Amino acid sequence: MSFVFYVFKKDFHSELRNRYSINSLLMFVMITISIVLFGIVSETSDSLVLSGVLWIVIFFSSMTGLSRSFVNEEEKGTTLFLQLNSKPLHVFLGKFLLNILLMLFINCVTILLYFFFVSDFQVKNFSIFFLTLFLGTFSISLSSTFIASIVAKANTKGALFPILSFPILIPIFISVISATKISVEGKSFSFASSDFQILISYILVIFSASILFFDFIWKE
Amino acid sequence: MKHIFLKLVIAIFSLITVSFALLIPIVTSPKTFFEFPIIPTLEEKARNIFFHVPMAWISVIAFFTSVFYSIKYLIKKDEVDDIKSSSAANLGFIFCVLATITGAIWARFNWGEFWNWDPRQTSIFILLLIYGAYFVLRSAIDEDEKRAKISAVYSIISGLTVPFFVFVMPRIMTGLHPGSLGDASGKGPLFEAKAMATNMRIIFYLSVLSFTMIYFWILNLKARVEVLYMKNFENKN
Repeated sequence: MSFVFYVFKKDFHSELRNRYSINSLLMFVMITISIVLFGIVSETSDSLVLSGVLWIVIFFSSMTGLSRSFVNEEEKGTTLFLQLNSKPLHVFLGKFLLNILLMLFINCVTILLYFFFVSDFQVKNFSIFFLTLFLGTFSISLSSTFIASIVAKANTKGALFPILSFPILIPIFISVISATKISVEGKSFSFASSDFQILISYILVIFSASILFFDFIWKE
Repeated sequence: MKHIFLKLVIAIFSLITVSFALLIPIVTSPKTFFEFPIIPTLEEKARNIFFHVPMAWISVIAFFTSVFYSIKYLIKKDEVDDIKSSSAANLGFIFCVLATITGAIWARFNWGEFWNWDPRQTSIFILLLIYGAYFVLRSAIDEDEKRAKISAVYSIISGLTVPFFVFVMPRIMTGLHPGSLGDASGKGPLFEAKAMATNMRIIFYLSVLSFTMIYFWILNLKARVEVLYMKNFENKN
């Protein structure tokens, strides 16, 4: 377990040193939210529509920053060092830990900005909303950590990350958006339970698959 | 000239099934086996079920064959398995497009629009996206072995999400397809519900069977051609 922490610590420090991921993520959140604001200026928008827009902001911001974790290693040529020094599982979990921390932070900022600027977006059931946000963040960072490891091995990395991530993330988005809508409508918890079941089973499936197949990608 | 008998059987069988599916008249009160009853609101459009559903079925089957050969590749590291996996994905993509088109035409005349974002339409769209992403990934890696390995892992991972939107979501979400949440007539897709007469159901299952056999036939041919290309390429170098 401590090896996982070392990988995490190493990535955390290198992130703090240049702050590329976190800065680009924050800028991206600002940009997308301001574009949303340009779109809805001086109009009353439906909370239901805005709950979908919120997840667009989260998806595209995660797509800009999260691929760095593995692409960085390839570009700087440090992959071999990591391969020699630590087990694949530890690398994956360490990077996943950093990504989830990053995404939780970014999503908190996104939510604050969204609540502050998009005044039409009103959540009635906060327990559903925050549970959705947490599970959504968790599963997005899980899948994108794994996809990032695939993308890092490809010759052309540019647009590959969102292209590969989107089909895998769709089950998450469908259930997360529908749960957010339920929280906006202020319905009781039982309405959202099927969405949460999908999210949790999805997380379990992808998590076990990532651990199983990460070896093949990492040792390539 | 191997398996000539099997090929003949498949060809004739599929020909008969397809002509039955197209030619058997749809009447108000069927008397013999060779007359279909009218399904209210579907009428002649009901024939599409013999083509649209098998296409959708094969696009999922093809995906799982691709996943199967991917797993086999990761275990044995045999290039032929990679070729089979990518050929299955290629074919599955074609069938997926066919399912989307036949479905869209059917939707236009039954529900009024070519595309309604019904859960099943969403799921076929996601399947198209997955196939697309798989091909993009394959074209993004130059080395053969690396490409085979990584695309195998991607196809397995995306294969794990397929059951979510092909089998789970269409049943728990409200939609236009039979078997969606809140659909009064049945608890499953149309062929499981009571709406289909026995003879229609028989032709339907025969049609699924014959298209599945055709799919495996084409897959076999395509994989063999690709293997020959590969060997030819190796001999030249």
